[in-house]
Amino acid sequence: MASMNTPRAARMKLVLVGNGMAGMRTLEELLKAAPDLYDITVFGDEPHPNYNRIMLSPVLAGEQTVEQIILNPRDWYAEMGITLHTGKKIVKIDRKRRTVEADDGTVAAYDRMLLATGSKPFVLPVPGADLPGVVGFRDIADVDAMVDASTNYKYAVVIGGGLLGLEAANGLKLRGMDVSVVHIGDWLLDRQLDEPAARLLQKSLEEKGLKFLLKKQTEELSPSPVGGRGVGVRAVAEGTPAPDLPPSPPAPLPPAGEGSKPRVQSIRFKDGSEIPADLVVMAVGIRPNTALAESAGLYCNRGLVVNDTMQTYDPRIYAVGECVSHRGIAYGLVAPLFEQAKVCANHLAEHGVAQYGGSMTSTKLKVTGIDLFSAGNFMGGKGLEEIVFQDVGRGSYKKLILKDNQLAGAVLYGDTLDGTWYFELMRDHTDVSDFRDKLLFGRNHLGDSGHGDEKGRIMAMPDSTEICGCNGVCKGDIVKAIHENKLFTLDEVRAHTKASGSCGSCTGLVETILAATVGGDYSVAPSKKPLCGCTEYSHDEIRSAIVDNKLKSLPETLRFMDWKTPDGCAKCRPALNYYLLCAWPTEYQDDAQSRYINERAHGNIQKDGSFSVVPRMWGGLTNPKELRAIADVAEKFNVPEMKVTGGQRIDLFGVKKEDLPAMWQDLSDAGFVSGHAYGKAMRTVKTCVGSKWCRFGTQDSTGLGVKLEQLTWGSWMPHKYKLAVSGCPRNCAEATIKDFGVVCVDSGYELHIGGNGGIKVRVTDLLSKVESEEQVLEFAGAFAQLYREEAHYLERTAPWVERVGLAHIKAKLVESEANRKLLAERFLISQQPAQVDPWKVRAEGGQKHEFTHLTVIPA
Amino acid sequence: MNENWLEIGHLEDIPRQGARVVKTTAGEIAVFRTVDDEVFALRDKCPHKGGPLSQGIVHGKKVACPLHDWKINLDTGLAVAPDVGCAARYPVRVVDGQVSLSLTPEHTG
Ligand code: SRM
Ligand SMILES: Cc1cc2nc3c(=O)[nH]c(=O)nc-3n(C[C@H](O)[C@H](O)[C@H](O)COP(=O)(O)OP(=O)(O)OC[C@H]3O[C@@H](n4cnc5c(N)ncnc54)[C@H](O)[C@@H]3O)c2cc1C
Ligand code: SF4
Ligand code: FES
Repeated sequence: MASMNTPRAARMKLVLVGNGMAGMRTLEELLKAAPDLYDITVFGDEPHPNYNRIMLSPVLAGEQTVEQIILNPRDWYAEMGITLHTGKKIVKIDRKRRTVEADDGTVAAYDRMLLATGSKPFVLPVPGADLPGVVGFRDIADVDAMVDASTNYKYAVVIGGGLLGLEAANGLKLRGMDVSVVHIGDWLLDRQLDEPAARLLQKSLEEKGLKFLLKKQTEELSPSPVGGRGVGVRAVAEGTPAPDLPPSPPAPLPPAGEGSKPRVQSIRFKDGSEIPADLVVMAVGIRPNTALAESAGLYCNRGLVVNDTMQTYDPRIYAVGECVSHRGIAYGLVAPLFEQAKVCANHLAEHGVAQYGGSMTSTKLKVTGIDLFSAGNFMGGKGLEEIVFQDVGRGSYKKLILKDNQLAGAVLYGDTLDGTWYFELMRDHTDVSDFRDKLLFGRNHLGDSGHGDEKGRIMAMPDSTEICGCNGVCKGDIVKAIHENKLFTLDEVRAHTKASGSCGSCTGLVETILAATVGGDYSVAPSKKPLCGCTEYSHDEIRSAIVDNKLKSLPETLRFMDWKTPDGCAKCRPALNYYLLCAWPTEYQDDAQSRYINERAHGNIQKDGSFSVVPRMWGGLTNPKELRAIADVAEKFNVPEMKVTGGQRIDLFGVKKEDLPAMWQDLSDAGFVSGHAYGKAMRTVKTCVGSKWCRFGTQDSTGLGVKLEQLTWGSWMPHKYKLAVSGCPRNCAEATIKDFGVVCVDSGYELHIGGNGGIKVRVTDLLSKVESEEQVLEFAGAFAQLYREEAHYLERTAPWVERVGLAHIKAKLVESEANRKLLAERFLISQQPAQVDPWKVRAEGGQKHEFTHLTVIPA
Repeated sequence: MNENWLEIGHLEDIPRQGARVVKTTAGEIAVFRTVDDEVFALRDKCPHKGGPLSQGIVHGKKVACPLHDWKINLDTGLAVAPDVGCAARYPVRVVDGQVSLSLTPEHTG
């Protein structure tokens, strides 16, 4: 709801020209950021409120209705206090007087203006292009015309075998027309696909009944004689009948009222052949709609030119959407336009921090039953390498293009589930050299725990299928929320339904549902991901700003980085606290209030508000004295339950917060320190029996485990961090699913990294093999430090290694001994202040307020 | 208003961007202090599943519940949309750094 803080009269006037997807998205973002800065007026020349243009394809196919695709109903504009003029086209901008004028004479004044006039279908300059029955595929009026034609006529010809053309053809076919697609190129979708994939696509579309005429150039569209199509196609086909000319159609009756106008009846090609056409859809491309901007003297060059803040050459006029040319590129997909919208809104709201750096795009075809994905450079070429998988029988094709060990492009046909992943690898410039051999097979989701569903079948599942096992969210809930709240992004779905908001293992499923429900490319990751809603900056940008600008406190960082909120949120504050701590280990004053309760109270909070206590047991070793001490503590504090943990230690559950310091005092006296079972921190070193007792042991795995734990305990990490040492390749300590695992062999030690046994099982990668315990310790410290310095907060080593690539890690740790030593040294420096037992500090009275009531009433 | 003010402590006893708990016979009350030293009091039970709000991260005029991360508005006790629910509010005031609380919950309207 528009708040009333700024009196109406004092507000600036904002006029939006173009009531479409990009412009309206900008207004929505603006209203979120600055609800009462402007008096807003919107002009749209279509008679409708803003709708989801993407979904015109399903509307044409009869899978959705116009009502279902309205994004902002008229009530919404009213509720937001926006003046809406539909069916009015702005024909003049007076930049001196700062007014706009519509074709019906309506005039509106502006202080700032947003131009979002979209684009226009390109119309082939051939004779007959202006005949009735020739349409573009751009708006509801076009769809109405097509639907109308499908009920009265038989032959439809779509010119253009691109995404739009194929979607139009598919829709018209489903509406019962006889549809031919004419395409000038050698194969379909030649801007999205290579030839093999396009052939597979053509085959499946032919199975749906579509006809294709490739390498054909249109010469002329011919009209029916005035008075209707009485004479039929034969009359025009007399000249040079094409050999495969379809039989002439039964002459349908022209719709009432149109009888006197000639209508398109056939289409002739440069090679002389000709086919009947009662409806011609021009889908040969779009042109930025800049006529209005040009008439106002704004600089245009294949689009209205804007800078990185979406401002045109007139500082009062901003522009977003398909009409815009940014760094020479005009985008024709919604995902980049929405990124522009976000940046533009930030500047209209006078926050003035966001910048648009361009987007990488990917495409999908919205034809039910056909799965197609392409992104980046997919044609290959000099200096590029290709990996191809083809299974014609199953209708499956995958091609990946590599450049300098990075993914540069992808084409997927048949099985597109990994499209998002490939897109992320491209965006993150991940070095893929170490998993090239597995790349084609995709990110393996089979290891996810909590749901065994195959992603692809998800849309066929009943609404009651549980998608998010953590929050009990069903498929139907998600679909409903997307429809009702007009959600477009994963974050929005998370905010509204909680689906995938907890452990995140169902993220892929939620993305699939989102993409299927909303259409288009919404499962695709944005080109840059801000840390949270409080900032436009990404994790990496923030980390380097902290180091480069010597930011040493939280308030300083928030100020310097123009945080949008006064003191951040529950997501960014813990992240920033960690980044500062990691950057300035000996100087930074830890901010307890920016830590999650577990790390503030040094125990795991339980569902009833009590805490659990897990003392450290070095390498899982213990003895009667320690066990006795734990038993005494448990009895003294009436611990209701104890259990041996999966990390080889003993957990005491149900401890009241106020009892914690006293309990820790007893444990401390018995020689225990905190086990950090609660922290984004180094957790445990799991060990096996090893050479001391085991008949197979090759090295002293327990002893090495203890040393590793002594080296790493107390270290704060981006996420939890676990180690293990197994005495031989039987690997009883499960070292190959740990963040850092050591497998002892006769000749030394194998070092494994990036394993995870949690939500998504990931087996480690082999980092190196070394010969001595000293080397193991050096690598352990150096790897931990690299992870601490480079990973994003709450990113475990497994996704981190996948994001940056093993090759990157090897370069820093294995190939450069000097760098490894530096990292190991920095780790040791950061460990000095970190290895102070937090339990002992609190047992001795530290942070007392945390563990006591403010007061008790009645006192 | 005829609140019965009870002195519960000093502003400095509550960590900035944090909370302390007042134990009463009628249950626990969380007293929050925001970054700019505003003080609010809510029943220490999250409207979701009863999580102790006093243990959450305080940001702006909100607290994030430590159990499942619902955000609760400190000034109204209402959960931030799309979550729905309300924690009872208690009148609280600070005079010369002295914090006082009334045990009669306010009504959100
Ligand atoms: C106590 C313990 C279960 C047990 O009784 O065995 C446990 C208990 C919890 N685990 Fe765990 N995990 C325990 C071993 C494990 C293991 C096994 C291991 O460490 O060898 C795993 C899989 C290995 C791994 O991490 O790769 C494991 C994977 C998780 C995950 C998934 C992490 C992931 O990256 O996928 C979570 C969720 C998270 O951290 O976000 C989690 C989170 C939790 C939390 C902290 C949930 C929470 O936030 O409240 C549980 C706290 C319970 C409590 O109130 O104390 N726990 N958890 C184990 C403590 C070990 C210890 O001595 O410190
Ligand atoms: C059939 C179809 C399928 C598509 N599928 C996808 C897809 O799967 N994925 C994807 O990402 N993108 C898809 N797109 C593209 C996507 O819809 C566009 O990129 C997006 O709508 C562009 O937004 P915009 O705001 O720039 O322009 P538009 O949404 O076109 O909005 C511009 C509006 O301004 C109005 N206007 C223009 N000039 C004036 C004036 N002088 N006065 C008043 N009003 C004016 C126009 O009438 C129009 O309503 C598809 C497009 C179509 C047509
Ligand atoms: S202990 Fe781990 S697996 Fe068990 S319920 Fe808690 S988080 Fe889930
Ligand atoms: S109990 Fe507070 S969010 Fe669940």
